[in-house]
Amino acid sequence: MTPRRKRLLAIAAILAGVGLATAVALKAFDNNLQYFYDPSEVVAGKAPSNKNIRVGGMVTKGSVQRSPGSLEVQFVITDFAQSVKVSYTGLLPDLFREGQGIIAHGRLQGGVFVADEVLAKHDEKYMPPEVAKSLKKPIPQAAEGRT
Amino acid sequence: MIPELGTLAMIIALLLAAAQAFFGLVGAHRNRLSWMQAVTPAVAGVWVFVSFAFGILAYSFIVHDFSVGYVATNSNSELPLMYRVAAVWGAHEGSLLLWILILATWALLVAAFSKSLPIAFRARVLGVLGLVGVGFSSFTLLTSSPFTRLLPAAAEGADLNPILQDPALAIHPPMLYMGYVGTSVAFAFAVAAMLSGRLDPSWARWTRPWTVAAWMCLTVGIALGSWWAYYELGWGGWWFWDPVENASFMPWLASTALIHSLAVTEKRGLFKNWTLLLAIFAFSLSLLGTFLVRSGVLVSVHAFASDPSRGMFILGLLLFFIVGSLTLYAFRAASLKTEGGFELVSRESFLLLNNALLVAAAFLILIGTLWPLLMDAFNLGKISVGPPYFNMVFLVPTLPLLVLVGIGMHAAWRRALLANRARLLWLIAGGAVAIALLITLGFYRSIGLPLTVVGFTGGLFVMGSALLDPLSRWRRGQALSRAALGMAVAHFGVGVFVIGISGVASYKIEKDVSMGPGDSAEISGYTFKFLGTQSVKGPNYEALEARVAVSKNGAAVTELATQKRSFKVQSMPMTHAGIAVAWNRDLFVALGDDLGAGKWSMRLQYKPLVRYIWIGAVIVALGGLIATLDRRYRVRVTADAPALEPGSAEKVA
Repeated sequence: MTPRRKRLLAIAAILAGVGLATAVALKAFDNNLQYFYDPSEVVAGKAPSNKNIRVGGMVTKGSVQRSPGSLEVQFVITDFAQSVKVSYTGLLPDLFREGQGIIAHGRLQGGVFVADEVLAKHDEKYMPPEVAKSLKKPIPQAAEGRT
Repeated sequence: MIPELGTLAMIIALLLAAAQAFFGLVGAHRNRLSWMQAVTPAVAGVWVFVSFAFGILAYSFIVHDFSVGYVATNSNSELPLMYRVAAVWGAHEGSLLLWILILATWALLVAAFSKSLPIAFRARVLGVLGLVGVGFSSFTLLTSSPFTRLLPAAAEGADLNPILQDPALAIHPPMLYMGYVGTSVAFAFAVAAMLSGRLDPSWARWTRPWTVAAWMCLTVGIALGSWWAYYELGWGGWWFWDPVENASFMPWLASTALIHSLAVTEKRGLFKNWTLLLAIFAFSLSLLGTFLVRSGVLVSVHAFASDPSRGMFILGLLLFFIVGSLTLYAFRAASLKTEGGFELVSRESFLLLNNALLVAAAFLILIGTLWPLLMDAFNLGKISVGPPYFNMVFLVPTLPLLVLVGIGMHAAWRRALLANRARLLWLIAGGAVAIALLITLGFYRSIGLPLTVVGFTGGLFVMGSALLDPLSRWRRGQALSRAALGMAVAHFGVGVFVIGISGVASYKIEKDVSMGPGDSAEISGYTFKFLGTQSVKGPNYEALEARVAVSKNGAAVTELATQKRSFKVQSMPMTHAGIAVAWNRDLFVALGDDLGAGKWSMRLQYKPLVRYIWIGAVIVALGGLIATLDRRYRVRVTADAPALEPGSAEKVA
């Protein structure tokens, strides 16, 4: 093979590879981007229904409810302006508790957020960055229970 | 007084590192022998003073000196000794000191084992390492000193984060850092080569063992982190595509590409520019990892710091090294001539494809990791990229790679005649398909996921193919070089790893249940019976322990204990999973919450073949270890090794 042909072949292979990689990436990317919404955006109707999204906020004190012995649990998350009801079936993370910032993955179904995963990270001082940001937004009324 | 000695030692270490950089780089540039000879003592001095500072921090932990802010935040008088030592690198400041200590140690090793290198070249290598040392030592002193006093001293420490109180976590950071920081050695060799304009096969031979050693540590470090996450974070996953995991995985992919590209540069004198670029990439990705983890732009279990000045400092270092080395590359790359060519079917082609696929995987993972940060920075919404994206962009390049590895191992340099191996390879491939079908349909009685059979077949094919050469040599009574044996072992490990992933991804069973004492639940033929709960006391925590008896077809299998631990100081609950290990599966129980009405939530898991993921990674690292011990890295070579004769069947990796 002449060097010239070889170079052409190499360039063609690289271009094909890059093209393929880009196509794969874009496709996979498109399907797997999850947007984050805070409770105000959910209440304002900005979050799509029946699409995988993430919501986050502080778990409202006294809002955690479950019927005794059941794995299903309901609670309310808030950004101190609006709140959203979340429903989840399964084990909650160790650091889940009232007054703690959490993020839930799942879908919005008829005004209730049905979570398939609840995250409250690994440190008691932890606040998910999205939650921290949404809590810092100016709020008209006094932020109650804010830590 | 003692902590101040630590600060003083770090200042001296910084000055010595500056001397190391100056005498190394400028001395080589001006060709002053006495300057270049001053580099070795400087390297030794840096190591002594950094070790001293590190020792002082460890001492402060051991004697509970809560007047040191870092100790007060990360230790406690009830913390066991082993974790007091591990707590030295349990948070930002100390882990950075560990980073610097490991850098100093790599430099010391390079200085000790590179006596046979040309003095100017050696001075440049150590000079570049000195420059990296200056960057990180000043980072520590200016923004993150672990020796800062807390006035007045705390009466008691705030304790080490409970999830870090674990044996695997005590060794995970040092191992990972040895890998991370080790990429700086390959980087220093690359920069030295560009500065001196000398890049020949002997350059690649000097660089290879260092690169493989760093890569080996990185492999073990990542595997340890994965293993820890599996049992300690409590939920039985072994890889989450968390940005911080990606931060360690991307340099691994780049280093893997680099060690393969170096093979071509050494044996054939080809891919020179590409090898240099990969060395720069691997180090840049390590620095990027440090930036991502330490700057606070990511929040995760690893992100200790959230002080923006720290982030800016690392970003500055990152830019300095990336822009500096790429600029040098732009000026020097064109002057590096490549002689010789290769046929389409040859070992070179296989390694070229290997590099293209590994780099593509690293690049796509990089995009997925950085994209959310970019979107957020430009206020385009808060997004996250889900694990399916990463699975996809990882599997698409790496599945073909399995086939290429299995065949490419047997390809000769320059022009491969695979005909003599083709029949055997077809035989192995056929056997792999048969065994894969036997495992899936025969044993697990299900075809699993779309890629299950592909995964098992690929893993088995690579394992069989890797054994081919060692076995045939052994049968004919021929010796195998350590490099070739190392390659075979590492590739065999890749196969084992793939088997593990295929098994656990396809046949794992996870079930959350609500159980009271006396209740039973069944998964995959195993009956889990909840026996009851009791209180247990640990050194610095109290726990509620649930005992679960596991039986299969009426015969007792094992009894598991899972705990919900509550740490006294940090009042942080933590689940400790109960795991029963067998050669072909893990059984996994994690205690959840009190659900009321006498019931508890519990997660039961059946994890087939999960151990082979880590066993495979360890075998891969072992292969690296064997290869670094190859004789030819130790003999003193003065002249450049001649390129191989055409058609030579030499296939040493």
